[in-house]
Amino acid sequence: MDKIISQSQLRYLKNRKRQHSCIIIMRTLILVLLIGGWELCADIGILNSFVFSSPSRIIRCFTGMAGTGIIWKHLWVTVYETLICFSIVIAAGMLCAMLMWRFRMVFKVAEPYIVLLNSLPKSALAPVLIVWLGNNVKTIIVAAVSVAIFGAVLSIYTAFIETDPEKIKLIRTLGGKRRHILTKLVIPSSIPTIINTMKVNLGLSLVGVIIGEFLAADSGLGYLIIYGSQIFKMDWVLMSIVILCILSGVLYKLINILEKKAGHSG
Amino acid sequence: MSTALSLENISYSYHTVQGETCALKDISLDIPKGSFVSVVGPSGCGKSTLLSIIAGIIRPDSGRILINGRDISPGNDSIGYMLQHDHLFEWRSIYGNVMLGLEIKRRKNPDGISYVDELLKRYGLGEFKASRPSELSGGMRQRAALIRTLALEPEILLLDEPFSALDYQTRLTVCDDIYSIIKNEHKTAVLVTHDLSEAISVGDTVYVLSRRPGRIARSVSVDFPADMTPLMRRNAPEFKDYFNILWKELNENG
Repeated sequence: MDKIISQSQLRYLKNRKRQHSCIIIMRTLILVLLIGGWELCADIGILNSFVFSSPSRIIRCFTGMAGTGIIWKHLWVTVYETLICFSIVIAAGMLCAMLMWRFRMVFKVAEPYIVLLNSLPKSALAPVLIVWLGNNVKTIIVAAVSVAIFGAVLSIYTAFIETDPEKIKLIRTLGGKRRHILTKLVIPSSIPTIINTMKVNLGLSLVGVIIGEFLAADSGLGYLIIYGSQIFKMDWVLMSIVILCILSGVLYKLINILEKKAGHSG
Repeated sequence: MSTALSLENISYSYHTVQGETCALKDISLDIPKGSFVSVVGPSGCGKSTLLSIIAGIIRPDSGRILINGRDISPGNDSIGYMLQHDHLFEWRSIYGNVMLGLEIKRRKNPDGISYVDELLKRYGLGEFKASRPSELSGGMRQRAALIRTLALEPEILLLDEPFSALDYQTRLTVCDDIYSIIKNEHKTAVLVTHDLSEAISVGDTVYVLSRRPGRIARSVSVDFPADMTPLMRRNAPEFKDYFNILWKELNENG
């Protein structure tokens, strides 16, 4: 049955729609102004395009490197390392959190160490890792994992132990054992926190990988940034940063899609 | 009538850093098959603890629990427990929720499934199988919670203030609703509540628990015609008399 919509309701809906369009327009405008302003300033000489580059130089640089395929190689190395690191962080984070949930004693013993390691600036570890593991991908992955893992463990574990005790009682009244409490209740009820942790950790993995690539790599966007700055190829540096922005946006979007899927299933 | 559930000298204490607290002392009662028993008492007198002990979730310090004359065995299916809140999982559909017990007990076989389907249909939730809990009213949610408990076909149902989270009006109708389902399914039921009217409106016998440590201070037989629903009982003239007896008992010993 069609509902009759009142004038005031119509006005309200129209207002909301207008507000929404306004936000989109403003967002786009900021981007256009930023890129346009940058290009203009470089063109008329306010910014030295050799130091600050410019959008057109970045595009030229990108198409040149895309033509030879070199940029895809660097991009792929970074994406690949980030995904590996991210997978390790989430899998190990879940596993540690489950272990500590099952054996509370483990958490009580490990807590001060995890908190300490979580607050330690991980970039300080990088030189040590280079000496220990060598100038290779292993170092990058370990460095990146160390950036994210401790926080991931803490937040997933916190979500696990915050499960409503009355709901745990419910599972037990239905004859459930610990494994049922974990699989039927604790993990499913922690999905929102797990997804949030994934969002944070995807970013952190990327940060970790770039730090690793700064120090121990011969390819990847981090390498391109550090190498570009050393030989004063600022086009390379700024192009890599722009690609990193796009990359983190795309990865974030992927997690959002996963979140929507998780919200609809079950 | 044979005895469905017997408690013999149940005592229970719990321990904290501050010390030991005796929650229940020497509780003994016999509950006949098919009867509806209410347990009332002031808050903190150990009512919920008593149900947790009967359900086997916590172990008493001393005493025995017998079901149909036999000692209770761990993981038995003859006891169902309904909690204060429905605790339906929002990430599961209503069907997924009522199936939870069968999944845990690995009894999701054609028999179990058709029994649950029948319960859902019989109690008006057949069309809401695919709905999320948040799409249902408070009363329907409580009915779904009861079906989740009934799915395991328990003989005895423990009800831990299952209506207290509902607003007053819903509470009266849901109480009527749940009472008739339990009677219809010929279950033995134990309801704990701090609401005297509720206890009288459903119980064949009302036990009064004393203040901590909880003991049985008195049992009062409530005699209403068998076909009276809880709402009808509330309007019966004897209702007030039972209320006064229990009220006095609670004030003196509760």
